[in-house]
Amino acid sequence: MRRIVLFLPLVLFFGLGFFLWRGLSIDPTELPSARLNQPFPAFQLASLTEPDRLLSAQDLKGQPALVNVWATWCPTCKEEHAFLNQLAARHEVQIFGINYKDDPLKAREWLKRYLNPYTAVILDEQGTLGLDLGVYGAPETYVVDADGVIRYRHVGAVDEKVWGQLKGLLDELRGGGA
Amino acid sequence: MRGVTSLILLLGLLLGSVAPLQAAIDAYQFKDRATEERFQQLTNELRCPKCQNQNIADSASPIASDLRHEVYRMLEAGESDQQIVDFMVTRYGEFVLYRPRVNEMTWLLWFGPFALLAIGLLVVVLISRRRRRLPAGPAIASRPEGEQLAPAERERLEQLLQQDKNR
Repeated sequence: MRRIVLFLPLVLFFGLGFFLWRGLSIDPTELPSARLNQPFPAFQLASLTEPDRLLSAQDLKGQPALVNVWATWCPTCKEEHAFLNQLAARHEVQIFGINYKDDPLKAREWLKRYLNPYTAVILDEQGTLGLDLGVYGAPETYVVDADGVIRYRHVGAVDEKVWGQLKGLLDELRGGGA
Repeated sequence: MRGVTSLILLLGLLLGSVAPLQAAIDAYQFKDRATEERFQQLTNELRCPKCQNQNIADSASPIASDLRHEVYRMLEAGESDQQIVDFMVTRYGEFVLYRPRVNEMTWLLWFGPFALLAIGLLVVVLISRRRRRLPAGPAIASRPEGEQLAPAERERLEQLLQQDKNR
């Protein structure tokens, strides 16, 4: 009995060591969305490209899609824009845009200059939809399933590596729906 | 004298450069003192999601400014502290709370230290009880009153003392 007690410090050491070691590979800036597995928040906002058209959460439904939060003031958004164009050109997935706290004139100019990968762009000039989504920095990309439920959030640029993950999830969602 | 003047000038410049920094934090007009205090309390206890390890009161990032504005707007609209905190948590998660809520997930966090303290006290009590119950050490008890050293020990002591003197 006494012997076992002597091993207690060793056990504690390994326990603590395990948690510290795990902590090394956790990125504290990467937060899971608080909206995970919840329906996309309701909104009624104009389209950036067709100002007369009102978009709502209903428009996102139908098939699994990406929702990309971007702005012209965000340098990383420009970086990822080319990759989003590639995805759109290959018809990999439907991408919706949220133009977050931006100048619509500049945003339209940007889409003209760098091409438009988006099926539709939601104009969130005041950042109200961003607030409801829990956006804390552009770019952010959400995976939304066919029922308009948020399945994943990625903070930061979407590149080949991130797309690998997103594609896996999208395929899963598509398989589940069929 | 010139040195003193320039020192005063330098101090004035330093103080002058501090004031505008404080003014850069947005100024809100509150309907009363109590609301202002609630605003301070809330913004001090809500964590900025972007610039982690800062609360939204201290952070200069745009998202913190947006959230301060949101807290202000909700306070003016007459919402309770609980409603405002819930609003933030549904959007940004439990993560934004610098004062975590008491629930199954945070029990360990809230009560863990007290549990450890209780265990520590228990161990101390158990050990001291066991000490009291044990009889006093036989080596000391067996010696007659006034004679704490055995003859052989006394001899050795003498030797050692002698050695010291000769040195």
